[in-house]
Amino acid sequence: MDYLTIIQILDSSVRLATPLLLTCLAGLFSERAGVVDIGLEGKLLIAAFLSGAAAAVTGSIWIGLLAGVAGSLAFSMIHGLASITFKGDQLISGVALNFLAAGLTVVVGQSWFQLGGRTPSLSGDGRFAPWNLPFSDAMAKIPVIGPAYDELISGHTALTYLALLAVPLSWWVLYRSRFGLRLRAVGENPSAVDTAGISVVRLRYAALVIAGVLCGLAGTYLASLAAGFVKDMSAGRGYIALAALIFAKWRPWYALWATLLFGLLEAIGNRYQSIALGDIVIPVQFMQALPYILTVIILAGFVGKAIPPRASGQSYVKER
Amino acid sequence: MSKMPKWADAILIPLISILIAFFFSGVVIWAIGKDPIMAIKTMVQGAFGSTQGVGYTLYYATNFIFTGLSVAVAYHARLFNIGGEGQATLGGLGVTLVCLSVPWPHWALALPAAMIGGALFGAAWAFIPAWLQAKRGSHIVITTIMFNYIGAALVGYVILNILKVPGSMLTESARFPAGAHLPTFHEMLAPFGISFNKNAPANMSFLVAILASVAFYVLIWRTRLGYEIRAYGQSESAAKYAGINPARIVIIAMLISGALAGLMAINNVMGEAERLIDNAVEGAGFIGIAVALMGRNHPIGIFLASILFGFLYQGGAELAFWESIPRELVVVIQALVIMFTGALDNMVRVPLEKLFLAFSKKKEA
Repeated sequence: MDYLTIIQILDSSVRLATPLLLTCLAGLFSERAGVVDIGLEGKLLIAAFLSGAAAAVTGSIWIGLLAGVAGSLAFSMIHGLASITFKGDQLISGVALNFLAAGLTVVVGQSWFQLGGRTPSLSGDGRFAPWNLPFSDAMAKIPVIGPAYDELISGHTALTYLALLAVPLSWWVLYRSRFGLRLRAVGENPSAVDTAGISVVRLRYAALVIAGVLCGLAGTYLASLAAGFVKDMSAGRGYIALAALIFAKWRPWYALWATLLFGLLEAIGNRYQSIALGDIVIPVQFMQALPYILTVIILAGFVGKAIPPRASGQSYVKER
Repeated sequence: MSKMPKWADAILIPLISILIAFFFSGVVIWAIGKDPIMAIKTMVQGAFGSTQGVGYTLYYATNFIFTGLSVAVAYHARLFNIGGEGQATLGGLGVTLVCLSVPWPHWALALPAAMIGGALFGAAWAFIPAWLQAKRGSHIVITTIMFNYIGAALVGYVILNILKVPGSMLTESARFPAGAHLPTFHEMLAPFGISFNKNAPANMSFLVAILASVAFYVLIWRTRLGYEIRAYGQSESAAKYAGINPARIVIIAMLISGALAGLMAINNVMGEAERLIDNAVEGAGFIGIAVALMGRNHPIGIFLASILFGFLYQGGAELAFWESIPRELVVVIQALVIMFTGALDNMVRVPLEKLFLAFSKKKEA
């Protein structure tokens, strides 16, 4: 394996980690506020569909982005209605949303485009254009650092840089702002927050709004990357993001490393359909299942104990 | 507790929730420019209009009874098993290995053996998430979802590399021996002079599913183990105090759950396809969630909900054929049913409770 191959694999790791990172941060805000969000997968899917559809019709991925975020937000609000307002089971609500997205995207997609659940493929302004950072062409000629800068650091789309920027931003919001303090408190001990005269309901809805926007960005990214929406294109990424969140122990910076790791795994799996190690050939099915296997191993706690926010998964019932 | 009579809790609330879910399903059909009334007519005609339709409806219902019972057992122990899909996939592998291992002389011998094979493989696939939940506290919802993906990859690999007939273009196992053929409704009803469509896949497994429902009832409400499962589901701390070992209950409940999901394979793999194909479960494991929620985790409710979803599945296939509405419409309906009977339960329950309260007050006065 030469240097350029490594750079290319790392480059596609970043590409594949971007939607995971955005989704993982969405889950981070939601779960830190005490709302478990199995429905990340559904939000990704509905956002990918609506952004793909809007971008195909208007020819602009930025309008697609608006549509994707709107769809994801709507799903977030349904989740809020079920799990915050009506104090229903958060897991069941999330599962229902995942199925709703899986079904609606195909039924509506077929009705709109008659392409068997796909959207027309996107081209030109219908996709995010790569951003070439300054001097990337000039620096490409420098050995070692040049290709790394040109291939790996430069040339991603706006959303990748936005996702990377979202990490320190999330950290700052959660750990350095008053809103973040309250948000974390509501996930640990909602009755204390309530006693302080702050609305638990409003804070949890706010967290779901943030989660909705982030999932909307992630879904749009998927549609742009694949140049259109394909049935079930989220392919479990919402669940993997949840696993990354647990791996990251509900912390923004760790979320970045966790999702980069999952991105790397996917990139290796994509590049090498089957890997031969001496006489043993690792089959392609194993490479496909590897992110899920790793998730289980991580969840099994073999890499350290992960303690979720104390009040996550419980709806808050005000005392009378 | 006596805010509402028992019948309102068991029947009225699910009924209202389902009606709301169906109303929104109708809105979806209307929104894509089709006529909901026409859609219902097509579905009813397709699912119940002929013995072939009925045969398909009952065939699908059989799958859903197994997966619904599977979800319900776990739910009584307050475990959310989303892994029915993977467990049923592995169950298919178990049934296939049993059916292909011996040239079975008669189905009466092959069926019990296949049931053991399917149940064992399904239970084994549920065991790892169960053990991880009981001993390491790994969230069973996420681990079972992961095991669905891993199971699909594993069985895909086994079909492609081990079970596939050499030289064949199809990614499927060899056909089961003739002695492993389960009687279909056509063959079962013919001796009684009832003619049933020959091509409908409903078979013997339907009766096994009904037996499983009865066994489920006995287990949950008439045995010590069932009592322990329910006690653990109601309150973990109270169960611990009563000397019930939580890890044991989690693992046993999940093993039973996985076994029931695995049993489904006698219907779809042994009864219908008579060979193992890729993605044989076709989402039946997930429908089990909707069925269990709708049926309030009771066998009678699960049976009725399974028939309803069998109707939706078969009717949905007819809709896809005649009206070109994709089959995924059933997934939408399934999602709405899960949402309204599961997560939005309080939306119906709270106003209804108030209504009953106001009513009973009036009576007293």
